[in-house]
Amino acid sequence: MRILGRLGRTGFYYTPLLILALAWELMARTGVMPADLGPSPWQTLEALSTLYRDGDLLMHAGISFWREFAGFITSCILGTAVGVGMARVDWVRTVFRPVVTFLYPMPKSALIPLLLLWFGIGHMSKIAAIFLGCLLPIVTSAFNGARGVDPQLIWSARSLGTSNTAILWKIVLPAALPDILSGVRIALSLSWLLLVSAELLISRSGLGYLISYTGESGDYSTMFAAILVVVSIGFVADRIFLHLIRWVLRYTDFTG
Amino acid sequence: MTSAAAGMSDRSKGTGFALRGWLLRYASVIVVLATWELSVRVGGVDPFLLPPLSAVLSLLADEVVSGDVPYQAMLTIYRAMAGFLAATLLGVAIGVLTARNRYCRWFFEPLISVGFPMPKIAFMAIFILWFGIGDTSKIVMVSLTCIFPVISATYLGTTRVDHYLIWSARNMGTSENRILWRVVLPASMPQILSGLQIAFPSSLIVTVVTEMISSGGGLGSYMILAARFALSEKVFVGIVTIAIVGYVLLTVFGHVRRRLLLWHAESQQAI
Repeated sequence: MRILGRLGRTGFYYTPLLILALAWELMARTGVMPADLGPSPWQTLEALSTLYRDGDLLMHAGISFWREFAGFITSCILGTAVGVGMARVDWVRTVFRPVVTFLYPMPKSALIPLLLLWFGIGHMSKIAAIFLGCLLPIVTSAFNGARGVDPQLIWSARSLGTSNTAILWKIVLPAALPDILSGVRIALSLSWLLLVSAELLISRSGLGYLISYTGESGDYSTMFAAILVVVSIGFVADRIFLHLIRWVLRYTDFTG
Repeated sequence: MTSAAAGMSDRSKGTGFALRGWLLRYASVIVVLATWELSVRVGGVDPFLLPPLSAVLSLLADEVVSGDVPYQAMLTIYRAMAGFLAATLLGVAIGVLTARNRYCRWFFEPLISVGFPMPKIAFMAIFILWFGIGDTSKIVMVSLTCIFPVISATYLGTTRVDHYLIWSARNMGTSENRILWRVVLPASMPQILSGLQIAFPSSLIVTVVTEMISSGGGLGSYMILAARFALSEKVFVGIVTIAIVGYVLLTVFGHVRRRLLLWHAESQQAI
């Protein structure tokens, strides 16, 4: 019963989206909206099911997922390590801080042409784009989080004889986790942007390539279907991550 | 610098001290730049993959003198700013409407919560189909990316305005319209500006990508063309230029924020 009520509320919440889709469908069917502006929602869904049955969708999505996963995970691990290191160790801060300050304002998408020269059109250029693009947001949020740890927590642990390694794993990281995860969430949305951009521009596979390829060959229903898949993946990934954050941080008063 | 000289300048706190502090602060950047130059000149790194810094800077100087790079940079800045401004105006308007009118909230809230995390760059293909490859599709794309942080910051800011401010104004007979312009908007200004600050960097990121996707000038198409013709020095010139543009725009933005919030507690603490 509770689940039904929740489903009903969710359904009601998203009614405006449904209304927009219906209005679009209606305008396309009655001819108010000329057909060269693109396919109707129904045609898009038909193209989507064809794309799925052909196996193209799963192949390109699999490639995109692998690139996203590899670049994003590497960035999370290294970014957290550098950020926490900058907050806890003086020489790490001295070394990395100016580099971070200089690179922070640079639009990361400007690296795509360079990565094309360095790594060609294969997996590596996209993984590197995601890795480099996500690194700085994660570093800065991990730095801010680890720097903001209440020193009393660390002093109490130390006075009880906790080793430095244990302080790092048991005090600093859990206390900095809310900040780190907020940074990671920002990086997650940035990573999809960079992945799709890189695949649109310099690729022969992946969902971004599917969009540019079908667009160039004038198959607009398939192009709309691919775009629908890409934006839905970004949305669903964010929702899953948000629930994950809430579960991981259930020991704090995190609500975001 | 000998240690004695360093000690003297420490005591006098003169320019030597300032210089030393500056050197210490930027030491790692200088080391990175020096490593860059030396690894190509001495270390045998392929100059195609990493053209030496000096070569990049001299090409940059040539391109600045010829007027090509400044022109491309202005195009990029124009597109980014036009999209950002449109997103600001529309975003603040939608945010205020969403906060103050429940029909608008019912309609816009799900759209915003679905649209915010989407990789909206995928829509670029549709915008090219609708608006062509000129400036319009790029500016629309930039606005669509920037508008979500602005809407959500405005919404949060205006709904969390101190009720006593509104009640006092109402008590003294201020009309609802005036309350919006004289109380609600100024009071939520810090949050709105924070939203703009989040949106601002993405305006440049997205402008560069749109320029790479559909040419028509700008630093993005300058770089992607250079990459396609394998002119790696030109690619680096583009990267250096866009880094400078990003740095300058962010600095200007920070100053504007401080200027606009001079009256607010946030800037008074800083003094």
